[in-house]
Amino acid sequence: MDYTFQFRDVWNSFDELLWGAWLTVQLSASAMALGLMVAIVCAVGKTAGPRPVQFLVNAYIEIIRNTPFLIQIFIIFFGLPVIGMRLSSNQAALLAMVVNVGAYATEIIRAGIESIHKGQIEAGLALGLKWGQVFRYIVLKPSLKTVYPALTSQFILLMLSSSIVSAISAEELASAANNLQSRTFRSFEIYIVVTGMYLVLSLLFSTVFTVINRLAFSYPDRR
Amino acid sequence: MIRHFTVNDLWFIVSALQWTLALSVIAFVGGGVFGLLVALARTSDNRWLRVASNGYIQLFQGTPLLMQLFLVFFGANVLGFNINPWIAAAIGLTFNASAFLGEIWRGCIQAVPRGQLEASSALGLKYVNMMRYVVLPQAFKIAVAPTVGFLVQLIKSTSLAAIIGFTELTRAGQIVNNATFRPFLVFGIVAGIYFILCWPLSALSGRLERAFVAASGR
Repeated sequence: MDYTFQFRDVWNSFDELLWGAWLTVQLSASAMALGLMVAIVCAVGKTAGPRPVQFLVNAYIEIIRNTPFLIQIFIIFFGLPVIGMRLSSNQAALLAMVVNVGAYATEIIRAGIESIHKGQIEAGLALGLKWGQVFRYIVLKPSLKTVYPALTSQFILLMLSSSIVSAISAEELASAANNLQSRTFRSFEIYIVVTGMYLVLSLLFSTVFTVINRLAFSYPDRR
Repeated sequence: MIRHFTVNDLWFIVSALQWTLALSVIAFVGGGVFGLLVALARTSDNRWLRVASNGYIQLFQGTPLLMQLFLVFFGANVLGFNINPWIAAAIGLTFNASAFLGEIWRGCIQAVPRGQLEASSALGLKYVNMMRYVVLPQAFKIAVAPTVGFLVQLIKSTSLAAIIGFTELTRAGQIVNNATFRPFLVFGIVAGIYFILCWPLSALSGRLERAFVAASGR
């Protein structure tokens, strides 16, 4: 092995990588929030909606879960402009991430909703709660509490797979690394540092999720 | 020059499927062998083996597969090997699969009731025989459904080999799309092929899981 590691170029441009990491955090957090909303709507549609809605939601889930994320990105980024929807690469990346994580999270949340006993809902209505209140306090919150670990590990997977959007040059950490690489050619040094940064990011997200769990779901229950 | 999408293009895409399949099989077999070692290390009595295998799993599950592929690709050059994207993808996916399968199988091994281990050691079985005749056959039953589920994830992951420049299904689609610029048609076909590969496996995994739950009465 006659290779000399040179990290100087990486440290000199470390600001760029940090900025890329910040963009990855923003992109992932937005995709998680929007994807969660999509998933809640779809999960309700799948458990309580009429037949055609159930069929559509199922088709959405199966199509997304059985095709690669990269192909989904390509169809959104290259395909949508053909039918007149011109998206910037970052908008396309966000849309692809929301569509992707929405499908996985729908299945997770559906499992949570199905774990709620029917008697709970009847009890809520008998106590005079409105439908919206029953849904929010008796169905949604306890089911999110039940599936929280599965949901957050899916979110962390989403953050990691956000590196794939660098394939359409959306701006985030992996594409910051690619840009730096094409300027300095210190490929290995750059990618080892960036891989470490992703590792830190996934630890960071899992810490944040633990804190959110404490704040939002720390009420006592009898299960 | 943008040209029309012809049967030749379709054939080019379909024939690239063999590379996706080859990559999936290599990563699955290689990942299976190493994954079993990782799972055994993760469940062993030796503390250092447990710590090391846990670190290995955390490292691969906590970083993007794309970065792992880049590191193998450029790292081989650092070590003085000049490897092509095909070998880099096969090695990278094998490492990645071994970490994921190791973690899945760890759970399956630990799901075998503790009494089975105690009974077999009371019967005088040593570690190798205990694993081979008592623990692994029972863990295997538990592992089938999630392993098939992981295979779907692995097949989809092979698409990332396109980014480091290996011409499999996804890259073939990109090449055809660059020449014909029919993104919906081209990537629709590519997505359709992945779907035909993955959907039966997903359905099988789901069915196996329900059958297992029904059989074990849980």
